[in-house]
Amino acid sequence: MARRKKEAEPKLTPLAKCPTGIQGLDEITNGGLPRGRPTLVCGGAGCGKTLLSMEFIVRGAMEFDEPGVFMSFEESAGELAKNVASLGFDLPDLIEKKKLALDHVFIERSQIEETGEYDLEGLFIRLGYAIDSIGAKRVALDTVEALFAGLPNEMILRSELRRLFRWLKDKGVTAIITGERGGESGLTRHGIEEYVSDAVIVLDHRVVGQTATRRLRFIKYRGSLHGADEYPFLIDETGFSVLPVTSLGLDYPVSSERVSSGIPRLDHMLDGGYYRGSSVLISGTAGTGKSSLAAYFADAACRRGERCLYLAYEESQDQIIRNMRSIGLDLEPWVKQGLLKFHAVRPTFYGLEMHLAIIHKLTNEYQPRAVIMDPITNLSIVASAEEVKSVLMRLVDFFKNRQISTLFTNLTHPGQIEETATGVSSLMDTWLLTLSVESSGERNRIFFILKSRGMAHSNQLREFLISDNGIDLMDAYVGPGGVFTGSARVQQEGREKAAAAAAEVELERRRAALERKRQAAEAQIAVLQAEIASEEAELQALMTQEAEKLKVSDRERVELAVMRKADTPETEKGD
Amino acid sequence: MPTEAKKEWELRLYVAGMTPKCVEAFANLKKICEEHLKGCYSIEIIDLLENPRLAQGDQILAIPTLVRKLPEPVKKIIGDLSNTERVLVGLDLREKT
Repeated sequence: MARRKKEAEPKLTPLAKCPTGIQGLDEITNGGLPRGRPTLVCGGAGCGKTLLSMEFIVRGAMEFDEPGVFMSFEESAGELAKNVASLGFDLPDLIEKKKLALDHVFIERSQIEETGEYDLEGLFIRLGYAIDSIGAKRVALDTVEALFAGLPNEMILRSELRRLFRWLKDKGVTAIITGERGGESGLTRHGIEEYVSDAVIVLDHRVVGQTATRRLRFIKYRGSLHGADEYPFLIDETGFSVLPVTSLGLDYPVSSERVSSGIPRLDHMLDGGYYRGSSVLISGTAGTGKSSLAAYFADAACRRGERCLYLAYEESQDQIIRNMRSIGLDLEPWVKQGLLKFHAVRPTFYGLEMHLAIIHKLTNEYQPRAVIMDPITNLSIVASAEEVKSVLMRLVDFFKNRQISTLFTNLTHPGQIEETATGVSSLMDTWLLTLSVESSGERNRIFFILKSRGMAHSNQLREFLISDNGIDLMDAYVGPGGVFTGSARVQQEGREKAAAAAAEVELERRRAALERKRQAAEAQIAVLQAEIASEEAELQALMTQEAEKLKVSDRERVELAVMRKADTPETEKGD
Repeated sequence: MPTEAKKEWELRLYVAGMTPKCVEAFANLKKICEEHLKGCYSIEIIDLLENPRLAQGDQILAIPTLVRKLPEPVKKIIGDLSNTERVLVGLDLREKT
């Protein structure tokens, strides 16, 4: 802001700011309260005026080396010290070190008689002395309006207050003046805002629908840009913190790094996992495993050694841990190692803004890399859908700015599956849907990715199984008859298996038949060959026999001839 | 009017420099004391410009402030003490009418 202002008015130096050290307040004011000027803080009883002014003084003394004077018109020094001791502020120690001066201005009207003219120079001297004794740069007057009850002459008082604020400015101290919230007309009961013209903060403590939310708003901050919104603030053991939750833009860094969803098959479907710093919405009807998916995501973050914040609006920490153990996921070691932090509250425990404020605060303290909100639907109990959407938008921006991956679960009702109750889907980068389908007398879970910005994701339906061993994503059977899941899928698979088996049997049968045929053919061939062979052998035998016969008849012929003493040619004889 | 001569009156007048208002307050006080408490009172003037730390201890805001330290209880009267009636009431020297 300071830079922008400089560009616009190069000759002028921007208004010097005095950092309060109060969480968030310096952010929404771009640096703090106007330095050297008084700021009016007004609000009703118990809204935190005293604490705000005390924290301004104490943090100035401790963190910015600016000693301060706290002038109390209501509580004694002892009471003040006791009140803030729980915040870790050691007032007596600061007083000892001359970093703080406490003065309790006490007026009892019944002890005071007024006769004639007077002024409040005594107060000036007191304050001046306190400022000079420690070299104070900061002053708080809490609440100066108490003087109206103690001093009867209002005219004198008003002119003296005007002089006091002028005098504070001349002293160059940065001051907080508190005032009780007054009637309808003015900001303060006695209209002291007219004397403080530089900055006015209104604190508010409102109860809407039985839940109280504290809010802070700058009504005026002369010479400085400031958010005009109401900012929720918290008062807790670390003091005052304002949540600058509306001032975020769309200029956050993006990462192309992927983080695992904790389920390998899902990572695969997402082409590698969620983007770091992206927002993931899991919506589904009751009992479809949204929390289980969330728990897996938490587990994956912890496995990477990253801190994860689990904001549970429905179940207690122990219950979540027990339930996840039943599906084979043990989150307890992560809690023990400090990697997983549960924040389980009922949504109705406080207002929506306060939820936001607490989430901010937790995030700033715990510095998680992954945040789970389970479920966001429940937040609509405490506010309208529009308000929830606005808060979630700020949350998403807030987390994205910090590169924190977020996972929200959202309960939908059958019939409005692709609607989110809070209309937040446009804020989400990845939207997963789980729903249950009823068929063949059973309910089965179906899972698919409705959208996932910036990644080539699977468009396939999967059956989502939760067993003792965790989550598994199965291919759902998709065919002309629709999607089959559960036992219908098993049946379908069975039918297919049977058909395949039957085909196999038939094939085998035919193969066997062919084999038999071939064997038969071969057998026939063998028979024929055997016949041929035997005939050949027979023929051979006959031929041998014939030859034998011939030989025998030759010899017989010779013998006969011999016996007949047939003449044979001489030559023959000679052989 | 008889004064409670046995009692010792210890009065303190807080001023911030010798402003006309303070001077007048002192004159008025002196007059009242001489008239009602003659011989049994003491007035201490405390200039807070010289002793600023005393402002806190005695819970002084308005200037001038007259404090009746004794007799107890402590009473404070603020202003220039020009209204004698009210000063006398404030000092318990006269019943409120």
